[in-house]
Amino acid sequence: MAGSNPNAKPMNLTLKVWRQKNRNTQGNIVDYQVKDISPDMSFLEMLDVLNEDLLRKGEEPVAFDHDCREGICGSCNLFINGRAHGPESGTTTCQLHMRKFSDGDTITIEPWRAAAFPVNKDLSVDRSAFDRIIQAGGYVSINTGGTPDANEIPVPKEIADRAFEAATCIGCGACVASCKNASAMLFVSAKVSQLALLPQGHVERKTRVENMVAQMDIEGFGACTNIGSCAAECPVGISLENIAILNQEFLLAKATSNNLA
Amino acid sequence: MSWISKTFSSSIGRKIIMAITGLFLCSFLVVHLVGNLQLFKADNGVAFNAYSEFMGHNPIIRTLEIVLVLGFGFHIYEGLSLAIKNRSARGSQGYVSNHIEQNSSWHSRSMAMLGSIVLFFLIVHLYNFFGSLRFTDVPRDANGNEDAYALVLAAFKNPFYVALYVVAQFALLYHLLHGFSSAFQTLGLTHRKYTPAIKFVGYAFSIVVCAAFAAMPVYFFFFK
Ligand code: HEM
Ligand code: SF4
Ligand code: FES
Repeated sequence: MAGSNPNAKPMNLTLKVWRQKNRNTQGNIVDYQVKDISPDMSFLEMLDVLNEDLLRKGEEPVAFDHDCREGICGSCNLFINGRAHGPESGTTTCQLHMRKFSDGDTITIEPWRAAAFPVNKDLSVDRSAFDRIIQAGGYVSINTGGTPDANEIPVPKEIADRAFEAATCIGCGACVASCKNASAMLFVSAKVSQLALLPQGHVERKTRVENMVAQMDIEGFGACTNIGSCAAECPVGISLENIAILNQEFLLAKATSNNLA
Repeated sequence: MSWISKTFSSSIGRKIIMAITGLFLCSFLVVHLVGNLQLFKADNGVAFNAYSEFMGHNPIIRTLEIVLVLGFGFHIYEGLSLAIKNRSARGSQGYVSNHIEQNSSWHSRSMAMLGSIVLFFLIVHLYNFFGSLRFTDVPRDANGNEDAYALVLAAFKNPFYVALYVVAQFALLYHLLHGFSSAFQTLGLTHRKYTPAIKFVGYAFSIVVCAAFAAMPVYFFFFK
């Protein structure tokens, strides 16, 4: 049971899990015991153990989202002991390991809470609001034809690096989940500054920020008060500088775009 | 909707109004403080009364007063209505367990509460001085100026007012410890080179201004 570390002692834990049948029902916290959890397991593997137990007992397993289990898809979103993706900073839930907890711990597990992220079932929320924001302008619609030559459009290394940093956003929504205003500014700013920094993004630069911010407001996310919870909880370290860039881009676009409506 | 009203009704546009009015109110604090420092002059209020007379009757100051009222109005309206909107953005079901204190500072999360304390103070403060000077006949000093100094003396013998004024300055202090640099972030005015300096100036500004304002009631209560 002890995995790769021979000294790792298996743990017994109490889980307080949010259970909710569907969007239209009220949910509540239900207590579960899990036994013989290896410290080398990921948090999601620990939940797999819980679900196997529940299935054996003929009970409904806990619904939670996951896909890649390697920190890149942004679906494994859980609010663990009062923190987005749990106590460790700079990680997704799938990259959080049980060695961060101790034998006998009680762990509270809740879904993301935001009016714009309704709960589908148990711990799984609907983040399609993010997709609609991206559809509103978070793309480049230039036809590139065949594979273009890598150096055809020169981009200085420093700019490319900054754009890449912003591009690492995995769309998990931890920023929204941890923000007291449920603001999506960090997520939107990552995409807006990534594309504003690159020459390919310049063509649609003004309409992009106007449309993405309008969609963000329509979805019902809150306004940013610069408290910084988002950047502190972001698993990939998207910085608050991006929000300043978004504010700049927004002002510049509103002042100079040809859009009178 | 025209593009202008659309801009200033969007979440970022409304924050821009907060930031501009907030920084404008900071500039007002400087003017107000510098004038009021004359309260500490040992001349039984001669200079302060002359200054107060000037502020009450100069046409340019009276015009700027309207701008000030608008500044406060927009700041308070946008601040409180954004706070309500932001609360509902969380949704009806909150977290059972939320350790937000591990990722953000208390005062940055308490701007609406701190602002509301300042607002309550502001109403009492206007009633104490502005109301009497503008709307009642106040006795005049030896130079024929309205004796605002006497009003200050009387108000600051009341321990309730002294306590309220000092508490309000603490609220303003924490409001500005976050607000000053936050306004620059809202306006997109950040830079790796200058942001640390903006933060430092913001802290120094908040501490100096609020301490100096708080010193006034304390000084009058204990030493006058
Ligand atoms: C002299 C008095 C005041 C000064 C100098 C001041 C200054 C500021 C500044 C600079 C900000 C930051 C703006 C930003 O983050 O972009 C701010 C935010 C805020 N102020 Fe004030 N303020 C004052 C009074 C008030 C009052 C009376 C209220 C209302 C009740 C208030 C409510 C707020 C709120 C709620 C915020 C946060 C808004 C947000 O981040 O969305 N303030 N203030
Ligand atoms: S900005 Fe960070 S926290 Fe927000 S969605 Fe992107 S990766 Fe997740
Ligand atoms: S499951 Fe893909 S990031 Fe965790």
